[in-house]
Amino acid sequence: MSLLEARGLTKRFGGVAAVSDCSFAVPEGTITALVGPNGSGKTTVFNLLTGYLRADAGTVAFGGRPLRRPEPTRLARAGLTRTFQQARIFPELTLVENLVVAIQQPWHAIARRAVSRRDEARALALLEEFGLVAHAEARAGTLSYGQKKLLEFAAVLMGEPRLVLLDEPTAGVNPVMVEAMERHVRELHARGLSFLLVEHNMNLVMRLCDPVVVLDHGTKLAEGPPADVQSDPRVLDAYLGG
Amino acid sequence: MSRLRPLGLGRAAAVFGAAIAFPFLVTPDWLVNIGVFTLMYAGLATAWNLFSGFTGYISLGQAAFFGIGAYALAITFEHVSIGGGYRPFYSLPLIGLAVALASLPVAWVALRTRAMTFAIVTLMFLFIVQQLAFNLRSVTHGSQGVAVPQPSFTSNFDRPYYFAMLGLLALGLLATWYVRGSKLGLELLALREDEEKARGLGIRVTRAKLIAWGLSVGLTAMIGAVWGYYLFFIYPESAVDPLLMIGAVLMAFLGGKGTLWGPMIGALVLVPAQQWALTDFGATRLYLIAYSLVFVVVLLLLPQGIVPSLRRS
Repeated sequence: MSLLEARGLTKRFGGVAAVSDCSFAVPEGTITALVGPNGSGKTTVFNLLTGYLRADAGTVAFGGRPLRRPEPTRLARAGLTRTFQQARIFPELTLVENLVVAIQQPWHAIARRAVSRRDEARALALLEEFGLVAHAEARAGTLSYGQKKLLEFAAVLMGEPRLVLLDEPTAGVNPVMVEAMERHVRELHARGLSFLLVEHNMNLVMRLCDPVVVLDHGTKLAEGPPADVQSDPRVLDAYLGG
Repeated sequence: MSRLRPLGLGRAAAVFGAAIAFPFLVTPDWLVNIGVFTLMYAGLATAWNLFSGFTGYISLGQAAFFGIGAYALAITFEHVSIGGGYRPFYSLPLIGLAVALASLPVAWVALRTRAMTFAIVTLMFLFIVQQLAFNLRSVTHGSQGVAVPQPSFTSNFDRPYYFAMLGLLALGLLATWYVRGSKLGLELLALREDEEKARGLGIRVTRAKLIAWGLSVGLTAMIGAVWGYYLFFIYPESAVDPLLMIGAVLMAFLGGKGTLWGPMIGALVLVPAQQWALTDFGATRLYLIAYSLVFVVVLLLLPQGIVPSLRRS
């Protein structure tokens, strides 16, 4: 069953169609990749799927239910969450606060203590897992870029999502960090979480993802297991010229 | 509550001990009068901070609710006896609650905008309310103003107003302290830094902003009501006064917006300075220059406000 399904997504900016009639699915329990040359519309698709942009046409269904008006808050609460290309965290908050604020609260909890003992324990356990526990009480703004990416990844997990959209999780981080990121995705996947990745590191995509969706000029060029996609002449064409 | 720290408690006890003792130690009426206005501005700056300091949305329209609070009290006690003179004070919570609730639809619309646009929209709202005060003559008596019945406190006339303002300031600080340590406060700080990201994490940003707004407006309206009762007579120009707003906002900036004590400290510095400049240079209007000089100096030396600059050094 597909957890997330996009059908006929279209988005124009002025006269330019950034995404046009794009359809693909993220099957439940997979690590799906969304790849394509620069400017092929990957990030725009992400923004459409997560409600940061309104599509001009097309529909998105999550967990089998169509989303009438995708909106980030509601989607996050329904279990669909994302990270951003530039590692968006709250720099003035501590690492623990960055994680605790991402726990989805019922409306009546807002008067409670900002960080309860239970919240803190949960946050520390996750920071431990991500190798950030030494900085738990530091302001997030003091972290390195790669650490910020890990923190952002950890933060979206606090909301107990079913599907995580990662926008270029390894862009601009060192090889050790790339390995760490891959390990975390694999572990979380083994625990039942599904992923959709935008990623430029093709080696990583080939190792980690199945299926792979290829975009070009805002529309789907190919979709399938990594080996098939890799040998698809249309894909080679899109990447190497044409 | 483990959030209560002895240092903070001691600080609060010292500040409020001194503030309570002030009208008993300093008897000249004109000094207690300056005390009332200092506390009023401290309360207004604290209330402003509760919304704008925590959310980063700079509202320039809170004076509208100050005026609405003043009119609400004045118009109510045109029809209701003030009894021994204390009854208007007891009506404050009701006025605060009513104005806060009535302001929520306005906020809901205004909060569709961000940054500068939000500041302009709220400023517009201030002028709309002022125009309404001029023109809804059947309710506000237009430019003639509304008279509030005078109480018959014989000696130490200023004291009840002083303590009412002090009580509202304490309420504002208490609310700020509580919000800052709560989940609401954490959500507000997060959305102040990156609202889009906060939404993506499932934080209900609009609701958080509206609660902070309601608290801020309720306090502002109660302070306005006490002010109206203190002056006996309220006019549209003075009740809905952009200068009052600018004053309170600058005090919050001066002391350090987003901090607990900053806005109050800003008021403690600026209101007496303002009064001094007014009496010494008032006739020549040079006081406005003296006033602005204070800001230039502070912005040059402590650009983030007094409290954050001290904390950093």
